Amino acid sequence: MKLSKLVIAALVAAGSASVATSAFAQAKEQFFPLLSYRTGPYAPNGVPWANGKQDYIKMINARDGGVNGVKLTFEECETGYATDRGVECYERLKGRPGVALFDPQATGITFALTEKAPVDKIPLMTLGYGLSVAQDGMAFKWNFPFMGSYWTGADILIQHIGKQAGGLDKLKGKKIALVYHDSPFGKEPIPVLQERAKMHGFELQMLPVTAPGVEQKATWLQVRQSRPDYVLLWGWGVMNSTALKEAQATGFPRDKLYGVWWAGAEPDVRDVGEGAKGYHALALNGYGPQSKVIQDILKNVHDKGQGTGPKDEVGSVLYTRGVIIQMLAVESVRRAQERFGKGKVMTGEQVRWGMENLALDQKKLDALGFSGIMRPLSTSCSDHMGSTWSRVHTWDGKKWDFSSDWYQADEQILKPMIKAGSDKYLADKKMTSRDAADCQS
Amino acid sequence: MLYRENGQFKTTYRADQQIFPIAQDRIAIALLLAVAFIAVPMLASDYFFRAILIPLVIMSMAALGVNILVGYCGQISLGSGAFMAVGAYGAYNVFVRVPGLPLIPAIVLGGLCAMFFGILFGLPSLRVKGLYLAVATLAAQFFSDWMFLRIKWFTNNSDSGSVSVNGLQVFGMPIESAQSKYLFCLALLVVVALLAKNLVRGAVGREWMAIRDMDVAAAVIGIRPMYAKLSAFAVSSFIVGMAGALWAFVHLGAWEPAAFSVEVSFRLLFMVIIGGLGSIMGGFFGAAFIVVLPIVLNQFLPALMGLFGISISTAGVSHAELMIFGALIVWFLIVEPHGLAKLWSTAKQKLRLWPFPH
Repeated sequence: MKLSKLVIAALVAAGSASVATSAFAQAKEQFFPLLSYRTGPYAPNGVPWANGKQDYIKMINARDGGVNGVKLTFEECETGYATDRGVECYERLKGRPGVALFDPQATGITFALTEKAPVDKIPLMTLGYGLSVAQDGMAFKWNFPFMGSYWTGADILIQHIGKQAGGLDKLKGKKIALVYHDSPFGKEPIPVLQERAKMHGFELQMLPVTAPGVEQKATWLQVRQSRPDYVLLWGWGVMNSTALKEAQATGFPRDKLYGVWWAGAEPDVRDVGEGAKGYHALALNGYGPQSKVIQDILKNVHDKGQGTGPKDEVGSVLYTRGVIIQMLAVESVRRAQERFGKGKVMTGEQVRWGMENLALDQKKLDALGFSGIMRPLSTSCSDHMGSTWSRVHTWDGKKWDFSSDWYQADEQILKPMIKAGSDKYLADKKMTSRDAADCQS
Repeated sequence: MLYRENGQFKTTYRADQQIFPIAQDRIAIALLLAVAFIAVPMLASDYFFRAILIPLVIMSMAALGVNILVGYCGQISLGSGAFMAVGAYGAYNVFVRVPGLPLIPAIVLGGLCAMFFGILFGLPSLRVKGLYLAVATLAAQFFSDWMFLRIKWFTNNSDSGSVSVNGLQVFGMPIESAQSKYLFCLALLVVVALLAKNLVRGAVGREWMAIRDMDVAAAVIGIRPMYAKLSAFAVSSFIVGMAGALWAFVHLGAWEPAAFSVEVSFRLLFMVIIGGLGSIMGGFFGAAFIVVLPIVLNQFLPALMGLFGISISTAGVSHAELMIFGALIVWFLIVEPHGLAKLWSTAKQKLRLWPFPH
């Protein structure tokens, strides 16, 4: 027993020594591992997202020469949205010198990496997706669902529908169906919707769609049969355009169909065109080619022939979301440098501090060229989300148009749920939440 | 010259019945085990462990289990992914519901759950054979997909259906580092492989093979088809279930039902067919082919293209990887339909006669 322990200790020491030596030989480069999927059923939506992330890094290098002199590097790794390939990519790239953070770009991969990130001390950024309870930074030290989660999305959708109906109390007796991707991605919003259903007295009908979501005939037959007042669409990739075509075939009014922000981009509606006219979806971010950051990308990257992907997709919804994600990553590094030394390469732990202490007010966003694209965001030890703003936009057959004001998720509903969820997580894992001193450091 | 058995006389039944009757084989296996247990943990990098070796070891175990059912007993199964899932969720449920349960009993209990599930879905094998059975076992796959997505009890009332484990330990030693995970899985694999090897060369294994080769004849000479088929299902799904528990607990850490989708069933069947039906060695070869080759191709292609000054996009690599992998499978099955294990034994036969072939 003792001997075997000794042997294992020796083996571990030998292994970690070899890792340590490679870490010393690092250049002055901050490395961004880019997990992406350019193949498979989710590729239409994964590609612009990945292009946006890459182009922003290229733009920062070309325009500013990196962050305070630290050059940014990246490597893409194809996951195909599969969890095991995503884990392989993570393992492949996490050991590179100067790794800043991971954006897993898939909810399933996020779940798997949530267990690994604290061990490796690399933060995870899951903008608008991932684990909803991870907003509680006291329990989830390494997860950052910036700008919103499925719970905030579900909450805002119900707020908006209530407003359209003339007040949340008018939802009483109404029937709302949730057509969702049958995976953790699609199931995450259910608790919030159930809570809201209890509060306002509407009936919630669950209609799962098996991944990847090209087979929805039975689901829409059910919609036709039960005639819900509204349908919420919780899809991703090919599932969205399929759902819209089925809605058209079923004759379900498209203006009663509301998508989450992962179901509200150009690839989802382009093929359906006029058939999707009137379809609403959440817009987590602004978009369009006119904003300063997109112009900078066009000027510094695409005009020089360095761009990733087609030029006419620059500024589209998911492309811009990729740009925002990468901007937040870069700004986290910049924030970390303010504290741990400008012009240095930050470790994952230091970047984590930067992510936890982001303060992007309107002035800063304007300076970065993000005015009109996103609302201010400020994070803290206990709030890893920073903001919950979202709008609704509507497809007019050719382009998306904003059709509502900004909404914020209802803290009073979500806060107790997040607390309960993170408490359960900690209890299941036999862990304790971070103490206040951990926030000071 | 080196691989000759001249002068190795077997004077006892024990000596004649060894797993490796030739001394050179015994030395080679001992060396291989030494490399796997001592040299590899000292040399391999963290990435190599977590991304290649651990999945390889676990999938080898699963392929071994499938091989018992498909290769030795001839019962084609497309439900292997389901057996893995039952093993994983079974182990998870005992792990979270019984406080302080160590890892090994949890994994074995997960295997037992899979065993009962396997026997249940093996019952149709008493009536149907071949492709019909393959479709019947596919039902196990769909059933488990439905069960773990819909019945909340199995996922400990998790909202999203995704579950996770932590704090794994064996005899007080934490299974956290890549080395310890690898060694733990490898040790289990060695035990399982030894048990399986002994099973298939004993009376039970001969019954399975008799059923596979001609079930009516087997029944005539006194083999009970029900016992033989169901025992094959039981042993196979027990091993596959343990592999599923390891895949979930040790490799993924957190998983959702999609981790054990029908695709996993197919991959396991491919492993067995490419590795070699009815051969313990084949499971290892097949797992290596299916698990490691895509990853190697994925990383090797950009480097290869780089030599010629061509840069290839991520999507391009991914497409090329699928095409080359598919082409290799087809080429391979044409050249050697009996699998990699057959190549291996042909090589051994040739070596025995070398340098004087006849």
